[in-house]
Amino acid sequence: MVIVGAGECGARAAFALREQGYQGSVTLIGEELHLPYERPPLSKEAMASEADPAAKIVTDLRKLADARIILMSGARVVRLDRQAHDVHLDNGASIPYAKLLLATGASPRRLPGLPESSRCVTLRTFDDALAIRRHLAAGVRVAIVGGGFIGLELAASARRRGCPVTLIEAQPRILMRGVPAEIAAVVHAEHERQGVCIVCGQGIASIAEAGETIEIALAGGERIAADLCIIGIGAVPNTGLAEEAGLAIDNGIAVDARLRSSDPDIFAAGDCCSFPLAVYGGRRVRLEAWRNAQEQGGLAARNMLGQDEPHATVPWFWSDQYQLGLQIAGLSDEGRDTVRREVGPDAFILFHLAGDGRLVAASGIGTGTAVARDIRIAEMLIARRASPSREALAAPETRLKALLAA
Amino acid sequence: MAEWIKACEADDVDEEDVIRFDHGSRTFAIYRSPDDEYFATDGLCTHEKVHLANGLVMDDIIECPKHNGRFNYKTGAAKGAPVCVNLKTYPVKLEAGAVMIQID
Ligand SMILES: Cc1cc2nc3c(=O)[nH]c(=O)nc-3n(C[C@H](O)[C@H](O)[C@H](O)COP(=O)(O)OP(=O)(O)OC[C@H]3O[C@@H](n4cnc5c(N)ncnc54)[C@H](O)[C@@H]3O)c2cc1C
Ligand code: FES
Repeated sequence: MVIVGAGECGARAAFALREQGYQGSVTLIGEELHLPYERPPLSKEAMASEADPAAKIVTDLRKLADARIILMSGARVVRLDRQAHDVHLDNGASIPYAKLLLATGASPRRLPGLPESSRCVTLRTFDDALAIRRHLAAGVRVAIVGGGFIGLELAASARRRGCPVTLIEAQPRILMRGVPAEIAAVVHAEHERQGVCIVCGQGIASIAEAGETIEIALAGGERIAADLCIIGIGAVPNTGLAEEAGLAIDNGIAVDARLRSSDPDIFAAGDCCSFPLAVYGGRRVRLEAWRNAQEQGGLAARNMLGQDEPHATVPWFWSDQYQLGLQIAGLSDEGRDTVRREVGPDAFILFHLAGDGRLVAASGIGTGTAVARDIRIAEMLIARRASPSREALAAPETRLKALLAA
Repeated sequence: MAEWIKACEADDVDEEDVIRFDHGSRTFAIYRSPDDEYFATDGLCTHEKVHLANGLVMDDIIECPKHNGRFNYKTGAAKGAPVCVNLKTYPVKLEAGAVMIQID
């Protein structure tokens, strides 16, 4: 068994193969020089802390050795040979596989025409995070292009470090993708309260380096000068290997519900793949979410061992900005209609209902983990394809857990 | 030295639920299981030190509200990513309608 990509998904898959009792060889190949680590803290604590952070590793050499997992770090797979059933590394070596898992993740989307500069950067890896941190200090002017989760979390962290922050979003509002306007408005207001200058509905005309300064010209003519410019305009799946090997691609490596690609011996999981989401009648999606990477790592491992288990879970995502915690279960664009539930003084949940009254998603925001429990229960209701009454969802005094028993 | 302290009234915790209990500088989570037994663990998740009391209790599992890490609250055992360090548990007894826990 060979796994390409030693991120959270690849690492989980490697251990899951052992948990399933597989005795043969397991090789995990990763381009980064680090042990597999958690990415979510990179835009949060690792950026906001005054002290230099350590990577939050998810396993260590001891555990890898105990599980007889061969980790090849700093090794890049440059080619798949489906006929010969082997993968070729950048150092010239080749490794044979019986079953192969592609867990290659995603890379930051690039803006064309950017200057080659250490002051104009993106964030995906621990090394990227360290490079950004080197610039962050009180008073350093930070410009962030993109009002998605990573851009917003970075804005919050940079404010904690005392940086003046301008965030530029081309869409009419932040968090256009996947987050309802009512919740995005709460996030927007908090950023403004914390002193972030948010500019929405403005494309970028140009970004240029002038000495130590990055000059950003907006489509509307306005100019912003920054000491550091971070581009956070989304991520593109790493499909290069799969594409060259002739595997089907559809916004990611296209896999079936068992995470099998168009080659039955090759599976793909995590941020790099698109798959049919059973809870929405097989709608093809690609997720960029931590829990999905974990779950799909496990699922791919079981199916590589022949278990024939389809994907069945509901997407779930969280983001932390300042004291705010946001959680979303399901995909809110499946909803036609929303019901709002207050969860204490400064927290609420929007339940998204389909035309037939079925609960299809729930988005919540509040201080800390205030919305967590109800979002989790909503996730279970969504998985059961339940149609709870609007009154029960809206009324703070009905315990949502009781709806699960119904 | 181990001592018994009162954490809450038995009625303060719903069945299959959890509440927070603070004592001095320490914080605990007190559970009532579906079969009406009481348990106590450290209050903070071993992953990122978030309080577990906002989490969901299902059977003998507490799920962390932050990233859904799971523990068996009866034994403290961590049940998979992202939590890998077990939760410390404390002896519990009921006395005159109060939940008592033994701390060290
Ligand atoms: C800054 C940041 C913050 C985030 N915050 C959250 C959050 O709050 N909540 C949430 O739910 N999700 C969050 N995410 C998303 C989450 O981290 C990802 O969904 C998850 O990391 C995906 O795991 P993966 O293993 O599929 O891909 P990755 O973690 O990207 O791992 C893929 C690995 O494969 C390696 N690789 C690629 N190609 C090759 C090759 N040819 N040869 C060898 N190695 C290769 C890459 O170098 C990489 O190490 C965040 C992501 C980032 C970047
Ligand atoms: S803080 Fe509990 S699972 Fe992460």
